[in-house]
Amino acid sequence: MATPDKVDPIHQFHINKLVDLHVGGFDVSFTNSALFMVVTLVVASAFLLLATSSRALIPSRLQSVAEMSYEFVANMLRDAAGKQGMKFFPLVFSLFMFVLVANLLGMFPYFYTVTSQIIVTFFLAMVVILTVVVYGFYKHGLHFLKLFVPSGVPAILLPLVVAIEIISFLSRPISLSVRLFANMLAGHITLKVFSGFVVSLSALGTVGIAGAVLPLGMAVALTGLEFLVAFLQAYVFAVLTCMYLNDAVHPGH
Amino acid sequence: MLVTDAYGQESAPAADGGQGGEAPADAGHVAGTEVPHEGGHGEASFPPFDSTTFPSQILWIAITFGLFYMFLKRVIMPRLGGILEVREARIAQDIDQANKMKGDADAAVAAYEQELAAARANANTIGQKASDDAKAEADAKRKSIEAGLGQKLAEAEARVAKIKDAAMQDVGSIAEETAAAIVAALGGKSAKADVAAAVKSVRS
Repeated sequence: MATPDKVDPIHQFHINKLVDLHVGGFDVSFTNSALFMVVTLVVASAFLLLATSSRALIPSRLQSVAEMSYEFVANMLRDAAGKQGMKFFPLVFSLFMFVLVANLLGMFPYFYTVTSQIIVTFFLAMVVILTVVVYGFYKHGLHFLKLFVPSGVPAILLPLVVAIEIISFLSRPISLSVRLFANMLAGHITLKVFSGFVVSLSALGTVGIAGAVLPLGMAVALTGLEFLVAFLQAYVFAVLTCMYLNDAVHPGH
Repeated sequence: MLVTDAYGQESAPAADGGQGGEAPADAGHVAGTEVPHEGGHGEASFPPFDSTTFPSQILWIAITFGLFYMFLKRVIMPRLGGILEVREARIAQDIDQANKMKGDADAAVAAYEQELAAARANANTIGQKASDDAKAEADAKRKSIEAGLGQKLAEAEARVAKIKDAAMQDVGSIAEETAAAIVAALGGKSAKADVAAAVKSVRS
């Protein structure tokens, strides 16, 4: 505790084991990260269950929020992938709600931000990409590969374009997961750094306390920004999911 | 001493993780991740890139997200979809009903106006008839009264004529007598017939 760098912005991302579990040589311990996945699951499910429990014709505020998110995602998917894309609605809606609730829960002090773990966001991205690939091949067979061959491209350019398309397709899970992960990670680190400034400056006496006002203001402003980012990243994740699913439904460009 | 101990444990699995597999690095690393304050020196100790936590995280995110997906698909989505569908149906039904009611109201207004026009026409005919009747009755009464008056007038005229005739006859006899008296007084003798003829000629 006596060490000068006690304000460690990375500390919040540490994985602590709560229940030690080993299955088949793998360490699958129940960690604080897993705990907050469960918290996310419970909070999001309880909210949706509670909000829709009355099934009121004239919605209460809570029910309005649930309906708004439902229609928000439904419109998003319908705009991007059309009517045939609506069979993926449960997937997109659960992705959106899960990421949104996980992001927002991360805004509570001492809460763990599940989406600041690259492996978690990568898992979610792979769920999307695998859905696209599996459904694409299942529905269209080899025609799904037309995705990589845009129509109306000169024959000479075709190998280059196909290579670019394949690379862009392969980079999708990475960009999808890194975007969410990096946003949440960077936002929380920035918050922590500015809050750390407040603490260490105010330890310097009167001048320090006066100076600490500036980073405090920044921390407050950043908190607001982080709430925006929490929503925005869930939205971006869902929108990109919709666009990728559109490729599975309509492979030809 | 505690810090250096932890740092020593941390650096070993850090190199381990960089070289390769997740499988060999487990027991040693468990201690490393549990040390809370270690300043974040080693790259491999940056928690999101610590591959030893990956199996656990993948398992738990798969479980939690899978449960969430199933829950939403089975319970929430049918419910929310049902709520919205019921509301839409209700709104459509209400609009239909409102349209129907508006049609009814329009029809009622039209019927009322038609009835009003009929009643007004009826009232006009009744008024006209009453006025005609009254007029006819008045005419008839006036005519009968006039007829009665004319009759009375004629009777009166006849009576006057009769009286006048009687008077005139009297006038003739008086004149004859007077003329005879005058003639006698003058010393003449007159025939009664002459006097009567003279009187008659004067009168006529």
